[in-house]
Order: sequence, then structure tokens, then C-alpha cells
Amino acid sequence: MNITWYLVLSAFLFTIGAVGVLTRRNPLVILLCLELMLNAGNLALIAFSRMWGNGDGQIFALVVMVVAACEVVVGLGIIVGIFRRRIPEDVDALSELRG
Amino acid sequence: MSATAWAWLVLAFPLAGTLVIGLGWRVLPGRVPGWLASSMILAAFACAIAATVKMQDRAPAARHASSTLFDYAHSAGLNIGLSIYVDPLSLFMALVVSGVSFLIHVYSVSYMTSDKGFTRYFAYLNFFVFSMLLLVLAGNIIILIVGWAFVGAASYLLISFWYRRETATAAGIKAFVMNVIGDVALVIAAFLLWKNAGHHVSYTGIFAGSKTHFSHDQGTLIAACLLLTVGAFAKSAQLPLHTWLPDAMEGPTPVSALIHAATMVTAGVYLIARFHPLYEQAPTAANITAGVAAATLFFAATCALAVTDLKRIIAYSTMSQIGYMMVGVSTGGYDGGLFHLMTHAFFKALLFMGAGSVIGAMAGIQDIDRMGGFRKSMRFTYITFVVGALTLAGMMPFAGWFSKDEILGFDVHRGGFDLILAIVGFAGALLTAFYSFRMVFRVFHGDSVPEAQSLERGELFHGEHVNPMTGEHEDTGVGFPGAEHHIAERELPMKFAMGTLAVLSVVGGVVAIPGVTDWLRNFLDPTFADSKFVNAAPSTGADWTGLIVGAGIALAGITTAFVCYIRRPGTTAEIIKRLPFLHRLFVNRWYFDELYDALFVRPTATFGRFGRYVVESAFVQGTLVGGATRIVGAGTALARTAQSGYLRGYAVLMLIGFGGLALYFLLQAT
Amino acid sequence: MIFTDIVFFIAAIGALAGAVGVVVLKNPFYSVLSLVTHLFFLAVLFLLLNSQFLAAAQLIVYAGAVMVLYVFVVAYIGGAEEPLGDSLPAIRPLGVLFAVCLLAELCIGVIGSGLKALDSHGAHVSNTFGAPSQIGSLLLNQFLIPFEAASYLLLIAAVGALVLARKRRGFEELTGEGGTA
Repeated sequence: MNITWYLVLSAFLFTIGAVGVLTRRNPLVILLCLELMLNAGNLALIAFSRMWGNGDGQIFALVVMVVAACEVVVGLGIIVGIFRRRIPEDVDALSELRG
Repeated sequence: MSATAWAWLVLAFPLAGTLVIGLGWRVLPGRVPGWLASSMILAAFACAIAATVKMQDRAPAARHASSTLFDYAHSAGLNIGLSIYVDPLSLFMALVVSGVSFLIHVYSVSYMTSDKGFTRYFAYLNFFVFSMLLLVLAGNIIILIVGWAFVGAASYLLISFWYRRETATAAGIKAFVMNVIGDVALVIAAFLLWKNAGHHVSYTGIFAGSKTHFSHDQGTLIAACLLLTVGAFAKSAQLPLHTWLPDAMEGPTPVSALIHAATMVTAGVYLIARFHPLYEQAPTAANITAGVAAATLFFAATCALAVTDLKRIIAYSTMSQIGYMMVGVSTGGYDGGLFHLMTHAFFKALLFMGAGSVIGAMAGIQDIDRMGGFRKSMRFTYITFVVGALTLAGMMPFAGWFSKDEILGFDVHRGGFDLILAIVGFAGALLTAFYSFRMVFRVFHGDSVPEAQSLERGELFHGEHVNPMTGEHEDTGVGFPGAEHHIAERELPMKFAMGTLAVLSVVGGVVAIPGVTDWLRNFLDPTFADSKFVNAAPSTGADWTGLIVGAGIALAGITTAFVCYIRRPGTTAEIIKRLPFLHRLFVNRWYFDELYDALFVRPTATFGRFGRYVVESAFVQGTLVGGATRIVGAGTALARTAQSGYLRGYAVLMLIGFGGLALYFLLQAT
Repeated sequence: MIFTDIVFFIAAIGALAGAVGVVVLKNPFYSVLSLVTHLFFLAVLFLLLNSQFLAAAQLIVYAGAVMVLYVFVVAYIGGAEEPLGDSLPAIRPLGVLFAVCLLAELCIGVIGSGLKALDSHGAHVSNTFGAPSQIGSLLLNQFLIPFEAASYLLLIAAVGALVLARKRRGFEELTGEGGTA
């Protein structure tokens, strides 16, 4: 059990999250996959913190958690707003920001 | 006051007239602009007389003076002052110009009444007289060119006076373009003379310089003289730069009288007379000038035989008579040439005024095929017109007889090449006599046309307002002729002008009756004292022989015309049937217009179209500008595909970017 | 040692399974639940890495608060099935491809990096490593400003949530089921 495995696992989780973001069309599920990616990053941070032996990485991971929480709040607020406006919950239909 | 001070006043009065009338057109009521303009010209004439008197007080050798007002241009070796040169030649021209202009101004006051552009007309006319006087009084070649250009501009303004007529504006442009060709030649000639004859621009300087720097008949001198000739021919409507003069008849009739008969077109004659020392030093150029002028003389006379528009017949007659004057001054017969200039001013202006009166009676129609029988209803016009025609034909004892035959007699006396010119001149005189009476008999004799009949009843014919050349309908607002037409019988100013000119045509010959009076020769002698031909004048006996021959030719021409038109009407129709080719050639003015159209106008138009459609539209706009914008557009369209609006698309791009970055760092680390 | 390895593998497999479940399951509600399990296994992994505080925080904050929020929203919106017919059919294989490439890069980066420290079990740590006391002292001493900034961010997010959720004039209120075109 050396640190490498944790990092490899973190890479896997990140990739799975990325695939989910690209593949799913429900915005809720996309947000969930985003959480996956964030958590993968957290894991990597904590693994490195353990490697160096100081707590900086853990503080970083804590702040990442805070940010994730804020982002979820705002994201869900938007999704609820979309739902209230009777627009279909499909990111392919929410494509008005185009050039 | 000195002579030069009077000469400055001669220039100042018409200039003041132009400015006052031009700037104050709102406040001048009714016909005041006309009378104001006429009085300004009368004042100029009076000042010219005063200058002449003052000049005659001096000894003959000292009768020249120049006066500079201020430095016109002073740089890089050029030292040009705004100067005038007063000598017998310029005073002679100034007197003729201002005198005849005054009479034409008076005539115009009644001719142009009811025209909405009355004030504008007189502003332009005064401007023209100022420019012409500047030209003849100029003291150096640069001011001459300034006056030359002003006169061209005035001619353009006055030809396209009725600017809503397309034919008039086209004619104005044609005149201006051909004049510009002459202007360019003149400027190049001035440059050649300045550069090679010692950096002088004043006349005295150039003449002195040319004696020292140029040998006899040197190439550069010939070139300079030929360029001066080109300038003179463009202004005086000689071959090959002559096609603008008939079209210039689109302007009002007094304009035709003033500019295209009496004054502007004689500027070329003045130019050659002024530069006579150069021409005498380069006889090749002088001979070429005289030869082309003689050809013009004959050509124009043949056209006048066949053309049917009254004003255009008189225009071709002008072209022909100026040919005589040019022959005179380029072969050394300066007195004859300038004498003919003066008499021609009298009788040609008179003929135009008469034509204006007739056209007024015809309510604007100018075609002689539609005229006839005005003898009974327009007696005054008839009498003055006949006087003018007799003078033109060179019938004794009118002024034209003396002047034309003086030129021809001189050329006969000189012999050689000039003898050939004289023979051409005599042939032309025969044709001249014929066509001048062609005009008289066609317009005034024969059966009365409806317009004449209505005039006999006492009412002026009211026609529709149409363009005489194309027949299009017009209104009488600004830019078109006024609603009323005026004839001499009813207008006192017109009678006064025509009457004065008729009297002058009759008695004008008195200034140079060979063997009896030589007032003109003595007057002009100081200018031409340095000429080689000053003592080459023929003897009195030879002069009188020439005069008798000339009279005989004139009588022959008049009789032939009488027979063709009065005795046996229909003769001309027979001749036309027998010689259709010749008639077509003459009526179409020897196809010069068509030739120029094919040689110059069409290629230029094609080139312009090519430039517009191919170079400008397709190449520059389409390919260069359009291509650049389209490339940018295509590039941005390509870039824009990334902004699809799809969240997942953006996520892919982000992922790709992140992956690329990681790859970069990975590679960096190895 | 063996014990930790076994626990690691179990936790790793669980986390992976949870993650795959989030991506694959059609019903969003099941995705949420799958994420909760994933978070739980992640907390176990944190514990294995001596980060007690963070493991607890993960469970309490993340799985306890954020996921509950998610559950509320999914219940409100009612997790519709995904509509058929992809508007960008190319995205699916393309995305997977790029993600796999990224994975490859990261793995190469990690395994092939040659960092000696990565191969080890980590530095020697005391008992207080990862304990709340250490976290607390770090937060209040070294990382005071990030700490305050994070709390400020939370304030902003709370205000933002309020703003997003308030009723607006002319806003159609929900009466029946939502999510229809």
C-alpha cells in the first residue's frame, strides 16, 4: 500500500467522473459526476499530505469540500429554477449560450 | 494718370462688376444686373481709350510699358509678378474686346429678359470679359496662362448656361476638355521657353533670351512654337481641335456672339501675334501653323455649305475666318490678320445678333429648313443681317473686303508656300460668299413660314418650349431658356447694338484703305517693328489688284447663291442628288466627331468600364477586400463551431485542453 | 499490513463501484444513492491515510449535508428518465476516448514519475497527524486567511441560494409535474 495506488485510484475516479460529465444529459447527474471529480482530487490531495507528513493537503481538501458545497448549492438552485420554468431537464436543450 | 494705371482700371471694372453682381444677386432687382454689367464694360472701354490716348502721346519707339502689382510667385528661380504689359497690340485687343462686349451686353439685357438665370448670366459675362482683358493685357506668359484658363472656365460656364439641358452640359464638357488639351500644351511651351531661353517669363525677357539661346529654326524652338500653336488652335477651334465650336452653340446667342465669334476664339490669334519673334525665328513652325489654318479655312467653309442649323453655319464661318486670321499672323501679315480680327468681331457679332432675333421670331427653332420669308416682317433684322453677310462675303466697300484681301494680298506678295495659302484663301472666299448668302436667302426670302406669317399679322409666334436639337420638351424654370422670346424690331437695346455694329461694319474699313489711310498700320507698328516682314508689305498697286480680285470672287459667290436660291429654287436639291457622297461628307462635318469618338472616347470609356467592373468591382472590391473579409469570416466561422451551446461539447474541449496540458508537462519532465 | 491492504482494496473497489454506478444508472435518484456509497468508501480511504478529521468531515458534511440537499432536489424535480435520441451522437465515444487518454497520461505521470517518495508508505507521522487538534491549529495559524475566505464563500453561496430560490413576479408557479417541453 504505497501512495502510488492511491494516486492511481484517484486518476481512475477522476476519469469516471469525466466520462459521466460528457455522457449524461440530465444536469443533476452531471453535477453528481462533478462531485466525483472533486472527490478524486480530494483523495489525491490527502494522499500527498500523508506522503509529506504535514497537514497542508488536508486543509486544502477541506477548502475543496467547502467549495464543492457552495457549488452544489448554486448549481441546484439553477436547476430548480430551470425546472420551475418548465424547460426540459436536458443540457442539450439548454444551449442558448452559443456563438 | 499713366497709361498703365488706366490699364489696371480696364481690368478692375469688369472684375468689380462680377463680384458685385455675383455676390449681391439677391438685392439687385429686375434688369439692374444687366445695366450694371453693361456700364462696367463701358467704363472699361473708356479707360482703354484713355490708356490709348496716353500711350499715343509717347514716341513710337517708347510705346510700351509694363507695371507689376505684386509678386505672384517667387520661388526656385521663378520670379513671376502680377504684371501687365501695355503696348499697341494689347491696347488694340482691349479696345476691340471691351467695345464689342459692351454692345453684346446691351443686346443681352433684352435678349435674356424673362430668363430665370438673368443675374447669373451677367455675372458670368463680366467674368468672361475680365478674363479676356487679363489675357490680352498680361505682362508675362504665366499671367497669360491664368487669363487663358479663366476664359476657358467662363466659356464652360456660359455654354452650359441652360444647365438642365443635357445637350448643353455635354457641349460644355466637350469644349472644356479640348481647351484643356490646349492649356497643357501652353504650359509645356511656357516651361520650354523658360528653361531654354534664360529663365524669363516676361515677354521682353523671352524674346531677348530666344535671340541669344536659340539658333534659327532650332528644334526646341520649333517644338515650343508648335506647342503654342496647339494651345492657340484649341482655343480658336482650328483643325484638329475644332469639334467643340459647333456644339458650343448650345449656349445663349449673345454668348455665341461674344465668346465664340468676337473675342475668345481670337485669343489664339493674339497669342501668335504676341509671340511673333519666336515664330519668325522658327519658320518651320510658322509654316505648319499657316498650313493647318488654311486647311481649316477650307474645311469649315465646306461644312457651312451643307449644315442646316443657323447658328452652326455661323459657327463654321467663324472657324473659317479665324483660319484667315491665323494664316495672316503666321505668315507675317500681322496688320492684315489683326485688322480682320477687328472687322470679324464687328460683322460676326452682328450676324449672331441677327440670328438671335430670327430664332426669337421662330420661338427657339434654329433649323433653316423651317425658316423663310422673314424679309417683310423683320425689316431691321433683314437689313442688318444683309450688311453683316456682305461684309463676311468680302463685298466692297464693306470692312470685310479690305481686311480679308489685305491678308491674301500679303500672302500673294510673299510668294512660294504662301502663294498656295493665298489660293486656298481665295477659294475659301468664294465658298464664304456663297454660304453667307445661302443664309440670307434661305432665312429671309422665299415663302413665309407660319412663324413669319404670324409676325406679319403683328403677333410673335408662341411655340412649345423644346430643345432645338433633340426636340425634348422643357419647362421655363431655372436652367432652361425663359418663357418669352425677343426680336430686334421690338427691343430698343437690341436695335441699338445691331445698328452700331452694322455702321461699324460699313465704315470699319476706313482704318486701312491701301494707299489712302494707314492708321491701323501706324498704330500697330511699334509692336511689330522688330519683325522681318515689317517692310515686306506689297505696293499699293498690288494691294488694289488683290482687292479687285477679291471683290470679283465675292460677287461671283453672291450671284451663284442668288441663282441657286432665288432664280432657280431647287438647284441645291439637284446638286445634292448628283453628289450624295460629298453632301453627306459636308453635313457630317467630314466625320471628325465620329473619328474622335472611335479613337478617343470609346477606348477611354471602355477602359473606364474595365477599370470599374474588372479592376475596381471584381478585383479590388471582390478579391482583395472581399477576399480578406471572407477569409476572416471563414476563419471565425471555423472558430465559432466551438461555441455550439452544448455543455457537453464545452466539457470535451476542456478535457482535451487539460489532457494536452498534462501531456506537455509529462513530456517536459522526461 | 495485510489488514490495511485488504481494507484498501475493499474500499477502493467500493469507491470505484459507486462511481461507476453514478455514471451508469439511469434513474437520478439511484445515482445519488450510488454517490453516497462512494463517499462512504472514500471516507474509509481517508482513514487509511491517517486523516481522521477529514474522514469525519466527509461523512458529516459531504455525505450528510450536501447529499441530503441533492436528495431533496431530486425528490422535488422527480428524476425524469433521460430522453432518447442523442443530439450529439459523436460526443459519447469521443468523450470516452479522451477520458481514457487522460487516464493514461495521469497513470504514466504517476507511475513513471520516478519520485522516490511515491513508492514509500509516506513519511513518519505522529499520532496527532490528521487529528482535529492539528487541523484546528493549522486552520487558525498558518491558513487563517483561506479559512476566513472559505467562510466568506459560504456566506455568498447562502445568499446566492436565497436569491435563486425566491419568487419572482410573473414567474409561473409549478402546479403539476414539471420538466415537460
